[in-house]
Amino acid sequence: MKDVAFGQYYPADSFVHRLDPRLKILFLIAYIVAIFVASNFYGLALCAAVLILAVALSRLPVGKVFRAVRGALILVIFTAVINLLFHSGKTVYWSCGILCISKEGILFSAYLVIRLVLLVICSSLLTYTTTPVALTDGIESLLTPLKWIRFPVHALALIMSIALRMIPTLMEETERIKNAQKARGANFESGNPLRRVKAFIPILVPLLLSAFRRADELGDAMEARCYGGKKRVKYKKLRFSWRDLLAAILAAALIAGVVLLRVYLGEIV
Amino acid sequence: MRIVVEHLSYTYQPRTPFAVKALDDVTLTIEEGEFFGVIGHTGSGKSTFVQHLNGLIRLPSSLKRQKKIKPKKGCLPPPPPVLKVGDFDLGDKKTDFRALRKSVGMVFQYPEYQLFAETVKEDVAFGLKNFSEGKPDPRQTEEAVREALSIVGLDYDEIADKSPFDLSGGQKRRVAIAGVIVTRPEVLVLDEPAAGLDPLGKREIMQLLHRIHGSWCKTIVIVSHDMDEIAENCTRAAVFSEGKLVCVLPPSELFRDAGRLTDLGLDIPLTAKLVLALRERGVEIDCNFRTEDFVAAVLARKGGAS
Repeated sequence: MKDVAFGQYYPADSFVHRLDPRLKILFLIAYIVAIFVASNFYGLALCAAVLILAVALSRLPVGKVFRAVRGALILVIFTAVINLLFHSGKTVYWSCGILCISKEGILFSAYLVIRLVLLVICSSLLTYTTTPVALTDGIESLLTPLKWIRFPVHALALIMSIALRMIPTLMEETERIKNAQKARGANFESGNPLRRVKAFIPILVPLLLSAFRRADELGDAMEARCYGGKKRVKYKKLRFSWRDLLAAILAAALIAGVVLLRVYLGEIV
Repeated sequence: MRIVVEHLSYTYQPRTPFAVKALDDVTLTIEEGEFFGVIGHTGSGKSTFVQHLNGLIRLPSSLKRQKKIKPKKGCLPPPPPVLKVGDFDLGDKKTDFRALRKSVGMVFQYPEYQLFAETVKEDVAFGLKNFSEGKPDPRQTEEAVREALSIVGLDYDEIADKSPFDLSGGQKRRVAIAGVIVTRPEVLVLDEPAAGLDPLGKREIMQLLHRIHGSWCKTIVIVSHDMDEIAENCTRAAVFSEGKLVCVLPPSELFRDAGRLTDLGLDIPLTAKLVLALRERGVEIDCNFRTEDFVAAVLARKGGAS
């Protein structure tokens, strides 16, 4: 339960950790665009080089980075196998009905796998290096234009941050209730599937009740502190620094490089 | 059942930046028939300690342990942890943990939040059903539930068919306790059983524990913040601080050295405070810090002086 990689912040003090969250989100988008613009292995190599630099600058343990990939491993393997077997090409090594393995197929699946892995690593880099609070602040700030069409940006950001904040609390609560029922002899590990699902009722009912209770209490606490006033100011103001400028230049260079490589070297197959 | 703990350590989220050492080389023994107190500041490891007692937190198997800790040059490898409850060896993977949990009942903090069934009857019978081999006899089950409810001071005929969520806070807690003691565990572990109750509710819970101690459950282990509770009830108490065991003493000796407890951020019972206040005024009172004993000691002294 405790090793959920999703959205897990890894505390450290590094160049990447200190970047402005708004820019980090934009960089992620820019990077994803770059991956999709890259049409050949040179472009991907450039993307990979930039990502390796970013990971090095973030001081994340390499194991953490690979753990993120492990989560998407099934998807990666599935994509690779499907494309390997169904992509037709000129140089065929083996074929059986509609299935065939060709040189082009191998290259194309390698291309897709590299893309996917880069995607997973760069998005996990964002959640590893940005606290959930900073992330929602950044999203709120980036969505500001939507306020013009009366979209409740602030409420959305608040819902997101409360949801993120409650994930560990609810997991802890689940663990506690599970332990309490285990102490009363509940068995969650054996029996047929139907029995196993039924065994979760003693966890789900108290968990739901406590979630509602918490929501009520939080609502009351917020109201007691006059939440809902029109004007709100931020406790932590986001500011750009020289790091952000440096990173922005790097991102622009990456996009330019990938576009140039696409124009001059063309597609892979 | 005798509980033997040697060199017990536990770390939450090991090998991450969040790693917290919750228990550090704890060694103690709890004899059968004791009313054993566990006290300590928040985060001192006392809850982690009691969760070991019925196998909710397991000892790492010996093989894993050898891999994890590389002995440094020049110093001996740490002694292996031992955790035994009666005949159950909790370090052994083959131990029947269900049988263990039947003999070691565990009442968590705010146990009323674990109620889930549609009726009080069903909720109390939950543990009974889980621990019985095959289908339990409905007559016997009803009898056991009736008995458990009556010992916690509730009337079976009145509340058995009610929803547990319609009861008052104190009633809910007693139903939850009934749901644990219904299987007649030999050892009953309670984590802050009186937390959040009013003074009357607290007293009722403590009276209930005295009713079941010795007869229904032989040994009682209680985690508490309330030093009055410890002074009044316990045969001995263990003091935890930052995962380490500071001492294990009977209350009569423990509260004599008030400075040690206050240094750890802990309170002392009212009687001990009074003894200190009287000592400042030149009156020496010798008692075991129970209210009754304290009053008797004060009266005896007054009688002698006049």
